[in-house]
Amino acid sequence: MVQNLEQVEKQAKKEEYLLEVKGLKKYFDVTEGMFKKERQYLRAVDNIDFFVKQGETLGIVGESGCGKSTTGNLVMQLLDKTEGEIIFEGVDLGKLKGEALRKKRAEIQMIFQDPFSSLNPRMRVFDIIAEPLKTHNVAKGKDLENQVYELMDVVGLDRSYARRYPHEFSGGQRQRIGIARAIALKPKLIICDEPVSALDVSIQSQILNLMSKLQKEFQLTYIFIAHGLPAVKHISDRVAVMYLGKIVEITTKEKLFDQPLHPYTEGLLSAVPIPDPTLRDQKDRIIIEGDMPSPANPPSGCRFHTRCPYAQEKCRNVEPNLVEEKPDHFVACHFPLEEGHGVLIEK
Amino acid sequence: MTEALLEVKDLKTYFHTENGVVPSVDGVSFSIKKGETIAVVGESGSGKSVTSLSIMGLVGSPGKVVGGEILFEGKDLTTISNRDMRKLRGNEIAMIFQEPLTSLNPLFTVGNQISESIKLHQKASKEEAKIKSIEMLRKVGIPRPEKVYSSYPHMLSGGMRQRVMIAMALSCNPKLLIADEPTTALDVTIQAQILQLMRNLIHENDTSIMLITHDLGVVAEMVDTVIVMYAGQVVEYTDVYTIFKAPKHPYTKGLLDSTPKIHELKDELQSIEGTVPAPGTITKGCRFQTRCPLATSKCFNEEPELKEIRPNHQVRCWLHEEGEVTI
Repeated sequence: MVQNLEQVEKQAKKEEYLLEVKGLKKYFDVTEGMFKKERQYLRAVDNIDFFVKQGETLGIVGESGCGKSTTGNLVMQLLDKTEGEIIFEGVDLGKLKGEALRKKRAEIQMIFQDPFSSLNPRMRVFDIIAEPLKTHNVAKGKDLENQVYELMDVVGLDRSYARRYPHEFSGGQRQRIGIARAIALKPKLIICDEPVSALDVSIQSQILNLMSKLQKEFQLTYIFIAHGLPAVKHISDRVAVMYLGKIVEITTKEKLFDQPLHPYTEGLLSAVPIPDPTLRDQKDRIIIEGDMPSPANPPSGCRFHTRCPYAQEKCRNVEPNLVEEKPDHFVACHFPLEEGHGVLIEK
Repeated sequence: MTEALLEVKDLKTYFHTENGVVPSVDGVSFSIKKGETIAVVGESGSGKSVTSLSIMGLVGSPGKVVGGEILFEGKDLTTISNRDMRKLRGNEIAMIFQEPLTSLNPLFTVGNQISESIKLHQKASKEEAKIKSIEMLRKVGIPRPEKVYSSYPHMLSGGMRQRVMIAMALSCNPKLLIADEPTTALDVTIQAQILQLMRNLIHENDTSIMLITHDLGVVAEMVDTVIVMYAGQVVEYTDVYTIFKAPKHPYTKGLLDSTPKIHELKDELQSIEGTVPAPGTITKGCRFQTRCPLATSKCFNEEPELKEIRPNHQVRCWLHEEGEVTI
């Protein structure tokens, strides 16, 4: 009886998570030459764990080459993982095949960074938005037409634009077409890979507001991948920071931005320019020196030790694990910051 | 204060296309003092990059400077010969571009490209140029400059390439440095390094900088004066503190409000509805009329002038017609 109760509780806890990622790895073979005996691997994503709750937004931030986009593509099943589990609604996507996978995949959609290259230039707006509905046999004929027009209304595109081609639109409008396509199948999870970084600021905020509105309206769950920290902070509930294929810190947005525990997070936050000239002389900035090392040949021990201002002997030799340092605040660092310099949050 | 190093007066750069004349830059005036850092801010299509290319004399066909003056130390750059322009360009006025990979020649070594301008402008011998180049590379914070000197651009990271570009631009101690989105393509930690480097170099050499950017965070950290451009015109022009504290043009205010700020938490971001109109499409009234939340009937009929509403603060808006208004 007691055991049963435990199981029920466990089950209930599981259902909270829309997506669970466990021990996910993606190695790319980068061996040069045909006769090399030893294979060389680029460890783009190296053993990461995270979960996403129903209805929340998980932000993934990091610099180019940290593996954030690869993670998105793995969840989307656009890349085959090397190892690990991607559990969506309790089902391991890696074990699904054929029709079952196709059905499940309709529930995960993606919004891409570049609205110029992610829309087929030879298709009209109507056909772009209608395509997922046709492919999955959701609607046809008059019904299809109505659904497409409704989607255009929802994302704020004028119905009269339906017969136009993508090149006739500005970046922001194209991103709206991409969003309409992504929500056409009423997915549960949308992976947004840098959805606003190619847009002008005034347009960025239009798109971010639209995404928040849609999230409320359709109970969407987002994975928001970006390098722009202010946008991530605006839209996310929880944030994961990646560095060289590893998650170095993951927690709620408030904790991460207010009291970062990892020196890399602290440095990232400090590097963001603040649009207030009166603060420029007061701010004692922590500048992370050097470049990110190559993921094909990551440093020993903690991967950040080559750029970390606080690195010690242990960091060079022993790799830190992601541990729950404070409640619901996970960090991979031997010497997490006691008083991390976050950014002031004014409400 | 001191005399202006660069004075742009009523600059007009038009593109003559098959579909008619496109006024990309339409009557822009501003000046840069010695040692001053000025930012030109605006969205894509506002004409900020074309303004900088006009100053450098690099506007290619079908574009052409059709009116106005660009006075650099009193000389009008729009009328001098190509030969004289070449002497200035890269020597007294240098430029850094957004994408360092496409603006470096992939077929030549980094050293070759830096020493080229030193040899050309400073009449240095090959040996002297090499010594100077390595010194410049060291100055911009490149580790092992001797090795980088003989590397090709593809062997360097984005941040390193941008440092090379800066080293190249500063190798002849220019009086004016034009930086067109110098950190947009870089990661934020690298951006912080590059901005720090630029700040140090300004202090050391008293170089004037014209920074073209859409990132208001970078503006707030770097510059003294701000020019806000919209649809080919200057709409607001004042010092950096005033722009952020008390903007007077609705467009400037919209830009500031729509920037997500890392130190604030808001439920909804303000945004400016719509998009920048294509140049030349608005022929009557204020060019911001279609997106302005405060537009009145006057704005649709008469075009406002850029007016000084108080010393060193110019605004192009009917709102302040009868005295200054807080928006």
